[in-house]
Amino acid sequence: MAVTRLAVPQGWVAWLLIGVGAMYLLLMVALPLGNVFYQAFRSGWGAYVEGLTTPEARHAIGLTLLVVGVAVPVNTALGLVTAWVLARYPLPGKGLILALIDAPLAISPVIVGLMFILLYSTTVGMFREWVTWLGLKIIFAPPGIILTTLFITLPFVVREVLPVLASTGREEEEAACTLGAQGWQIFWRVTLPQIRWALLYGVILTTARGLGEFGAVAVVSGKVIGQTNTLTLHIERVYMEYQTVAAFAGASLLTLIALGTVAGQALLGQSEQGQKG
Amino acid sequence: MGIVVERVSKRFGNFQAVDDVSLEIASGSLVALLGPSGSGKSTLLRLIAGLETPDTGKIWLTGEDATHRQVQERNIGFVFQHYALFKHMTVRQNVAFGLEVRKVPRQKIQQRVDTLLELVQLQGLGNRYPAQLSGGQRQRVALARALAVEPQVLLLDEPFGALDARVRQELRSWLRRLHDEVHVTTVFVTHDQEEAMELSDQIVVIHKGRVEQVGTPAEIYDHPATPFVMSFVGLVNVLPGDAGFLQRQGMGVLNGQAFLRPHDILIRTEPHETYTPARIQRMLHLGREIRVELILDDGQSLTAQVDRERFLQLELQPHQRVYVRPREARSFPLNYSI
Repeated sequence: MAVTRLAVPQGWVAWLLIGVGAMYLLLMVALPLGNVFYQAFRSGWGAYVEGLTTPEARHAIGLTLLVVGVAVPVNTALGLVTAWVLARYPLPGKGLILALIDAPLAISPVIVGLMFILLYSTTVGMFREWVTWLGLKIIFAPPGIILTTLFITLPFVVREVLPVLASTGREEEEAACTLGAQGWQIFWRVTLPQIRWALLYGVILTTARGLGEFGAVAVVSGKVIGQTNTLTLHIERVYMEYQTVAAFAGASLLTLIALGTVAGQALLGQSEQGQKG
Repeated sequence: MGIVVERVSKRFGNFQAVDDVSLEIASGSLVALLGPSGSGKSTLLRLIAGLETPDTGKIWLTGEDATHRQVQERNIGFVFQHYALFKHMTVRQNVAFGLEVRKVPRQKIQQRVDTLLELVQLQGLGNRYPAQLSGGQRQRVALARALAVEPQVLLLDEPFGALDARVRQELRSWLRRLHDEVHVTTVFVTHDQEEAMELSDQIVVIHKGRVEQVGTPAEIYDHPATPFVMSFVGLVNVLPGDAGFLQRQGMGVLNGQAFLRPHDILIRTEPHETYTPARIQRMLHLGREIRVELILDDGQSLTAQVDRERFLQLELQPHQRVYVRPREARSFPLNYSI
């Protein structure tokens, strides 16, 4: 296998390359991540728990869970319907629809926040009269945060589920139909099992993005302490107030969830391959 | 009547898939829809199943108008070309599916599944997943699944298309036996004339969305109604109607074309007044039969077929001079085209 030896450097060159790669990963990823936990636990378990259980921290965690608790089910359900329709019907302008679905990935979160302010703010918003007339509080309130999070997390489920639906085709659904299954039975027993891994993957990505969103939420929330501060906003605030341990305690929580997500993705990737094999 | 198709048409965009088709299929019979790809035969099958809605016309199933009935309510069994087994379910779960959605009691389902797995000879494989089965086994699971709901009509779309030649042969005779046991009205789509001949009681030849001919395999082969049927069902020589080769036997037609089956060409090695001289171009050994490609002295090429005994008796050699005459030719008026 002389060719392989020539193509892949051996000896000290190999060690140098491996070393450079490993160092880079260590410095850029492992060290900062590790430091989050170091800083969080620097003053011991008691300070860590205290940092997470102040009224403001508890409220921020609660608000974040509320936002994700609304955004994830809504975008999962609507994402599923959208993907199914796009996969099953020969719609004109499908490319345009797909581009629209991808738009939230490309638009800067600050702009997203501004967009919603310019729609629903009671002072400058396009719908300000409606909003005032209906007595709604959207901007600088949880509904605004939920709206922006919905916008930002919209693409994930569609993007994961659509290719799987498109590649499996209609035949199994038609077969279920000929066997007497009705619409919902077909969905639960045939379509959903086909796409379950892609769907779960999409849900995980949606959750991770919803939990971690900062920019757009910062714009629409107004950062009212104890009212519209999400976990990411809370972390920023306490950090600015030099409560380093509390900031890193919150950060460690988000980081743990993120790492869990990555692990979940890896596991899903494996079971998916296991299924195919 | 098991199935009646009454003046049904179906168009996809600019493509007329099924064009004013009427058809009657007797209860308990085994019928082939035979035609080349794109002839509309699969669309016709899907129209009968209710997987497509006709633009015009009616579909009757066992005497009832089913045109506006949902697929689910037609009580049909459908076997898809690529089987469409539920990949995430075991063989047992696949077969049980139709019974479960009908809320049949669990114990009855288990009994029925056992009976069906025995019928399709897959007793030991109930807990396998479709990915763990061979093509022929998957095909039989698909059949068992379709038969589980005791359909009035069994529809199969190119049932053997995705299988290799030997398995195909086995499954064909097995399906024929199965039909003789179960006796459900069965319609299958195929582009393979041999398959249609071997399996079916009746063949419906379809071409460009229209029915060309309906008949028993023998009728279709021996008395083709159109040039298309003649040329699609078996090999055929097409000659101008006024060819000297035919005139000599009084078989010529003035306006039109003549169609000859290769085995309707007689060959001898000695000259004779009613025979036309020709030269052998090439010979293909097809097992029991030998195909002889000939060229007449006027440049017309012909394909003849002789059986093994005759071939050995004549001691035919390539490039040999021989004498040929038609035994039977069939002619159609000129306005027919293939």
